Amino acid sequence: MSDIQIIWPIAFHLLAAVVLIGFWRKVDVQRYVSVVANFIAVGIAVWLFANVWSNGVLVMQSGSWGAPFGITFVADTFSATMVLLTAISALAVSIFSAVSISKERMRYGYFSILHFLVMGLNGAFLTGDIFNMYVWFELIIISSFVLMTLGGERPQIEGAINYVTMNLLASVIFLTAIAILYGMVGTLNMADLSLKLAEEQNRGLVNATAILFFVGFGIKSAVFPLYFWLPSSYHTPPSAIAAIFGGLLTKVGVYALLRVFSLMFIPDEFMTNMLMTIAALTMFTGGVGALVQTNIRKMFSYLIICHIGFMIAGLGMYTELALLGAVFYLIHDIIIKTNLFLVSGVILKIKGTVDMKHLGGLYDEYPKISLLVAVILFSLVGIPPLSGFWPKLFLIQAGFDTRAFVLVAFVVIASFLTLFVIAKLWSEVFWKKGSGTQEMDRPFTYFNELKPIKKAVFLAPLVLLAAVSLYIGFGAERIMQVALVIAHDLKDTSYYLQAVLGATHSNTPMP
Amino acid sequence: MEFIVAILTGVLYATGIYMILRRSLVKLILGLILLGNGANLLIFLVGRLAAGKPPIIPEDSSVFTDVYADPIPQALILTAIVISFGLQAFAIVTIKRVYKVVGTDDLDIIDRSDEV
Repeated sequence: MSDIQIIWPIAFHLLAAVVLIGFWRKVDVQRYVSVVANFIAVGIAVWLFANVWSNGVLVMQSGSWGAPFGITFVADTFSATMVLLTAISALAVSIFSAVSISKERMRYGYFSILHFLVMGLNGAFLTGDIFNMYVWFELIIISSFVLMTLGGERPQIEGAINYVTMNLLASVIFLTAIAILYGMVGTLNMADLSLKLAEEQNRGLVNATAILFFVGFGIKSAVFPLYFWLPSSYHTPPSAIAAIFGGLLTKVGVYALLRVFSLMFIPDEFMTNMLMTIAALTMFTGGVGALVQTNIRKMFSYLIICHIGFMIAGLGMYTELALLGAVFYLIHDIIIKTNLFLVSGVILKIKGTVDMKHLGGLYDEYPKISLLVAVILFSLVGIPPLSGFWPKLFLIQAGFDTRAFVLVAFVVIASFLTLFVIAKLWSEVFWKKGSGTQEMDRPFTYFNELKPIKKAVFLAPLVLLAAVSLYIGFGAERIMQVALVIAHDLKDTSYYLQAVLGATHSNTPMP
Repeated sequence: MEFIVAILTGVLYATGIYMILRRSLVKLILGLILLGNGANLLIFLVGRLAAGKPPIIPEDSSVFTDVYADPIPQALILTAIVISFGLQAFAIVTIKRVYKVVGTDDLDIIDRSDEV
């Protein structure tokens, strides 16, 4: 049975992007169309999630070509959750962009490219074919290249050079890995690969391919030795763009890692040791990198790296509890990282700078906004019972179960480093005696000169995302149920395989 | 034939990696293009080279019996070429823009976004 409705989250964003191109010169219309489209997209994502939750894995065989032959789209709980989180953070970013992105950028198609980017993300989450995943990745990176360079300011294009080079390199490595994989087993369907790779005799070649996949996805998700492009490029574009990058683009790499390493390459002892070492070093170097930064957005960029380590650690331990922790952290991290960059955007709008040396006194001037930011920062650090706490608890517990005590130590150290960084940020930006706003050389309306309605729109996405992360924290039991199902499906893929390949027998290819 | 293509693939990868380690922006882009072509050739190679053997089943049989050219790698390469075309065009436009704004193609000078 082909569930054609899986394609909706992808097709809807394509439609929205095309409609937005139709309003090329009408910037004001674009804002409304994009926000409304993202509201509808959240609706579609909720519907997809509810459908998957009650009916199990949905599978679409494109062109009715049965599983190993055609391109398969699969929506299991993991994919549906990722699509839902993408929709929520894309909604927040599009509301924030409507007031914070300059009209020049909108005039060059900012909103339609944003929709193309989200379409690529949804495609990467929903596809069940490894080459198709490569194609969606390319769609994501070309959209992100354009968003990264849109506006063409000097730091932006200098950051773009690192970003473009590393992402192109990552795709070449990914493509090389796909080539070797195809030469080895002659299939590209991920479920089929899962079965055929398990029978493959040449384990050396399988492991070499696994390493190639790890490097390709590792560059995208910014793990330890491969992350240097991230802090030198993520702080350069406007905050709204940095928010969708920080929230989603690295996590798509983590998603791909979780998918590929649970379905195709089951980690052996060497791989788990390597993953755990890399996770520990990622957490440590990211945290230490964040400590020395005075630019808030650079600090947040390093925090992204630090927290990627938690998810890789969960993958490295490879028990159901550890995967539960990794997936829970992924859910928490997408929402909170998007929100952090939006916070930096608000600070930039209020003070005209994001350098902590020139900031201060925000608490005296805007106590309510400061309280909102405090909630977000507490969720990030994971003060119990807020959202960051639970996944770390599961990870530490899993670490004790698997006797990976060094990794547990690194998780604790990374949490303390995060706490220290956030405390420094809070005291420097909010509690330190205030300094005046810094004059910028470009036309810039400061926050307190805005109309009340615009102020509300500025803060609405922050409130929305903060509410979601509070829900993740206080409704942890429900999120845990979802994460548990995902972790169980990752560990025991028979259900996924049956859903994808079982359909072949009842659904013979049309002539 | 396989031997020549294998050597060629290796040479493309090696040259590509050598080129992206240079300081010049133009060489960086050339290196990425060479790497992309190397990957395409690799897909072509692993799909088994079978010259003059189209994947067509003879009328009197229902399955392939002879060696045939696998069409999938060629479809994959076609897709990959089209995608890398777009990306390379973008990268070339970007380096032109970088050269206009920064006034150099030396990667060691283009590092302002890295300053602490």
